[in-house]
Amino acid sequence: MAKAKIQEVDRSLYDFKDDESHGFYRMEEGLTADIVGQISDEKHDPDWMREWRLYCLDLYNQMSVPDWGPSIEGLDMDRISSYVRSKSDMKGDWKEVPDEIKNTFEKLGIPQAERESLAGVGAQYDSELVYHNLQEDVAKQGVVYTGFEEAVTGEYSDMVKEYFMKLVPPTDHKFAALHGAVWSGGSFVYVPKGVHVEIPLQSYFRLNAKGAGQFEHTLIIVDEGADLHFIEGCSAPKWNVANLHAGCVELYVKKNARLRYSTIENWSKNMYNLNTKRALVEEGGRMEWVSGSFGSHVSYLYPTTILKGDHSHCEFTGITFAGKGQNLDTGAKMIHIGKDTSSFIDTKSISKSGGISTYRSAVVIEKSAENAKASVSCASLMLDSKSRSDTIPAMTVKTNKADVGHEAKIGRISDEAVFYLMSRGISESEARAMIVSGFANPVSKELPLEYAAEMNNLIRLEMENG
Amino acid sequence: MAEQLLQVRNLNVSVEDTELLHGVSLDVNAGETHVLMGPNGAGKSTLGYTLMGNPAYHVTGGSIVFDGEDITGLSADKRAQRGMFLSFQTPLEVPGLTLSAFLLSAMRQKTGKPVKIFAFQKELEETMRLLHMDPSFAERDLNVGLSGGEKKKAEILQLLMLRPKFAILDETDSGLDVDAVRTVSAGIEEYQKKRGGALLVITHSTRILEALSVDYTHVLVKGRLVYTGGPELVDDINEHGFERFEAASAAEKKQ
Repeated sequence: MAKAKIQEVDRSLYDFKDDESHGFYRMEEGLTADIVGQISDEKHDPDWMREWRLYCLDLYNQMSVPDWGPSIEGLDMDRISSYVRSKSDMKGDWKEVPDEIKNTFEKLGIPQAERESLAGVGAQYDSELVYHNLQEDVAKQGVVYTGFEEAVTGEYSDMVKEYFMKLVPPTDHKFAALHGAVWSGGSFVYVPKGVHVEIPLQSYFRLNAKGAGQFEHTLIIVDEGADLHFIEGCSAPKWNVANLHAGCVELYVKKNARLRYSTIENWSKNMYNLNTKRALVEEGGRMEWVSGSFGSHVSYLYPTTILKGDHSHCEFTGITFAGKGQNLDTGAKMIHIGKDTSSFIDTKSISKSGGISTYRSAVVIEKSAENAKASVSCASLMLDSKSRSDTIPAMTVKTNKADVGHEAKIGRISDEAVFYLMSRGISESEARAMIVSGFANPVSKELPLEYAAEMNNLIRLEMENG
Repeated sequence: MAEQLLQVRNLNVSVEDTELLHGVSLDVNAGETHVLMGPNGAGKSTLGYTLMGNPAYHVTGGSIVFDGEDITGLSADKRAQRGMFLSFQTPLEVPGLTLSAFLLSAMRQKTGKPVKIFAFQKELEETMRLLHMDPSFAERDLNVGLSGGEKKKAEILQLLMLRPKFAILDETDSGLDVDAVRTVSAGIEEYQKKRGGALLVITHSTRILEALSVDYTHVLVKGRLVYTGGPELVDDINEHGFERFEAASAAEKKQ
């Protein structure tokens, strides 16, 4: 399929940016009601959303930044409006896109039009078309798959209002409040009762849509007995001029439904990724997370699952690769409320060239969660002595009738294993890449084939970059 | 005259400042089978690792010439690409990498050419059958969870698939039961007789040698090659042990 770049320019964005009379360039002054009001205007927010944003803004201004994880000092909170402003598709210049990112596009074989789009300098390209086709296909099954703005104002606005930020309330933390105030773009998916969506839905297409990518909101409701696989992101680094990502993902898995949510995050290496993801699982429901974190300068990412219904189940499979200059704090949370609930966490983390990878998790078994089972397994691989890997697992068990297990392994790449592979004619860098890919294999085999291949390419790329 | 393949000259080898080999010289011609024997700690595995290019073993003197080229400074992968192979005494486990994917990658890198998948699969199946290996092992992670015997079979499988000119077998027979030794021997025989591959067999026992025709036997004592003889030496050592060589080595040292 030929990739044609659609040279359509949305004038309103430029008008918006040039409109100094609204005080839009008073960036040094933090986030104001004016700026948030502007976002509401642009998006034609209904009244409830307009009020919601202002409510969240208020919370945001009262809360302090987290002080328990990696440093986010590089994020200038006094200039927060500049991060917010650039969400409106601020077009950069291709020449300003860092070489590292251009090389990655090149090596991953991303077509030029897509590269420009991912780098935030190009107009939208024909993935829009793919997206629309996909939308039509699933619509025949009664599945709703739209952009989030459309969802807020469209046919399903009542449903959106009922679920939006109920799972991730803005009171949770400062960046959840920020998200509530300035969210833009994202996806809304509703799968009706009993419907099995055969093909995975991919937000990749949506990420390239206008305004998406920094404060995007994803809301997915999989109704009773329904089944969905949703894939977020792609392996190419998404480059933004501003370097804050505070997205929010809310997933509702109804009775006996199943949702698999796969992500490969590869934000550019200047990004502060402060993302919040949460799932609520009803009786007999099944939630599966597959999560790959490669990009960003600093990440805080702990997808949380609330196993509310009896016999509900969750599996989390994750991999984190922290290279030079990266401090990635990732993990998962499981909250068992229903009886006979079960959760499995299996994570791998890799650190290289001075990168820091921290696995942080929490498993909470409430008193009501009789016969709950939880197992946590985390393994880390450090590729050199400069790199760091930490494991911070927490477990809170409030009932005697629960079965919990934890296993942690921290290791280094073995010189003997490298020599072994080399003695068969494999180069040293390839041998190391093979060992690391093998270590990551339990995660990549959970991904659809093309994503698994991309992830392996990504590992290879990370291994090549000194 | 036989074609020269490997010439080791006055090799001194150290690990972390301790010299383990002192002036070892050895010639192996194409298609020849040499047996290396010696008491524990004599430096047999050290010689194997050094020939293959393990970076933990530093050559502090002497040279290794393979196929007319000085390879003393080459890394292990380059040596393998030129036709060397080492069957490990303790093969390493690599989780997440299947035996077949590993072999395919090794064959690609070794030859620098694409490998025809269908032909590869067929050869892999046939070779596994020869070695009485469960075909499902091809899709299992490399050496992970395999018994000692299965690991050694997997080494010989690699030997047969990668088709080196010269292979070092480091105690391939140790820890194997009678049946496994027989199977592994059949694989080595295939390599030696049908393909004319040269061998340096490091061993403590004669069992693995029964099916092979041996050209020379060397005795290594305390980092020195103290004696070279014919195939009959193997039986002699099995009967009388290394005592006389150790005595000779001590006497040599005194002189």
